[in-house]
Amino acid sequence: MRVLLAALIALTVVSPAFGKAANFADVEDEVMCVSCNVALNVAESPQADAERKYIRQLIAKGDDKEQVKRALVAVYGDNVLALPKSEGVNWVAYLVPIALVAVLAVALGFGLRRWRRREPPDGPQPPELSDADSERIDRELAVFDR
Amino acid sequence: MKRVAVPGIATVVILAIVGLLIYGVASKDSSSSSLDNAVQRGRHPAAPGADRELPALHGGGTHRLADYRGKVVVLNFWASWCTPCTDEAPLLQRTQQQLGSQGTVLGATYNDVPGDSKDFERKYHVTYPSVRDVGLKLAQDYNTHALPETFVIDRNGKVVAISRGQVSDRFLANAVQKALRS
Repeated sequence: MRVLLAALIALTVVSPAFGKAANFADVEDEVMCVSCNVALNVAESPQADAERKYIRQLIAKGDDKEQVKRALVAVYGDNVLALPKSEGVNWVAYLVPIALVAVLAVALGFGLRRWRRREPPDGPQPPELSDADSERIDRELAVFDR
Repeated sequence: MKRVAVPGIATVVILAIVGLLIYGVASKDSSSSSLDNAVQRGRHPAAPGADRELPALHGGGTHRLADYRGKVVVLNFWASWCTPCTDEAPLLQRTQQQLGSQGTVLGATYNDVPGDSKDFERKYHVTYPSVRDVGLKLAQDYNTHALPETFVIDRNGKVVAISRGQVSDRFLANAVQKALRS
């Protein structure tokens, strides 16, 4: 009996059918329709339908998300992945947005510094407010507070 | 100096991106138009991707176009989900039988699950060999973006005719005759 139980537990651990099978929607939004060049979850084409059918077959077999993706790459190539693998020249896909944000931040910083240091515009400046005028304005504004 | 640096760098970056965009668009179109133009003018260019090794749909081996040098090859890009491919399959099968030992139809599956491709072959009684063009490397060599497309290659490995779309009986007969003559 103990041997049978141990065998059952071992089978549960080893067999992919007992592992965590992929969720269809979870895979569908991370892969591409390779013929239409849009994400599979928004694609409408015979090829997209065939790709979905294949994913469902793999999930029914018990494959987890990574196994499904590996099987898709074996059939369709790396282009099937919505996010490229972070290796080789693919790093560019990750670095370019970061570099763009950094360049924009630096440009914004320079712009702000220049704006704060800007000199007052040329031409006649308004006269300084005298104490008498200042008191008169305060008095007249106080009327509105009543 | 500082005043010039930031706009200068920004201009260089923008110009570089625009340049890359123009290069990408230009290089994408040029390979297809140059192959098609050359064939239309009767220049018969060498078949692209002749040394590319592709896995066979059946069995574990690989095939190269260069392996068929000395024979006429009718290279056909197809997929089981492509409706016109089902329509032209009987015609390609007849061509395979007519070619006999003088040549072969060579299918290249395009974004197709191997199980589906094999079901297609059984359903339409296809006996000519096919390779799996994983990642569409061979399709890119021929600038194939839509199915079906067929390229007729003569015994010397030169492209003599191109059909971008479903092949007709007349096209295949003429193209195969031309390939056999050259």
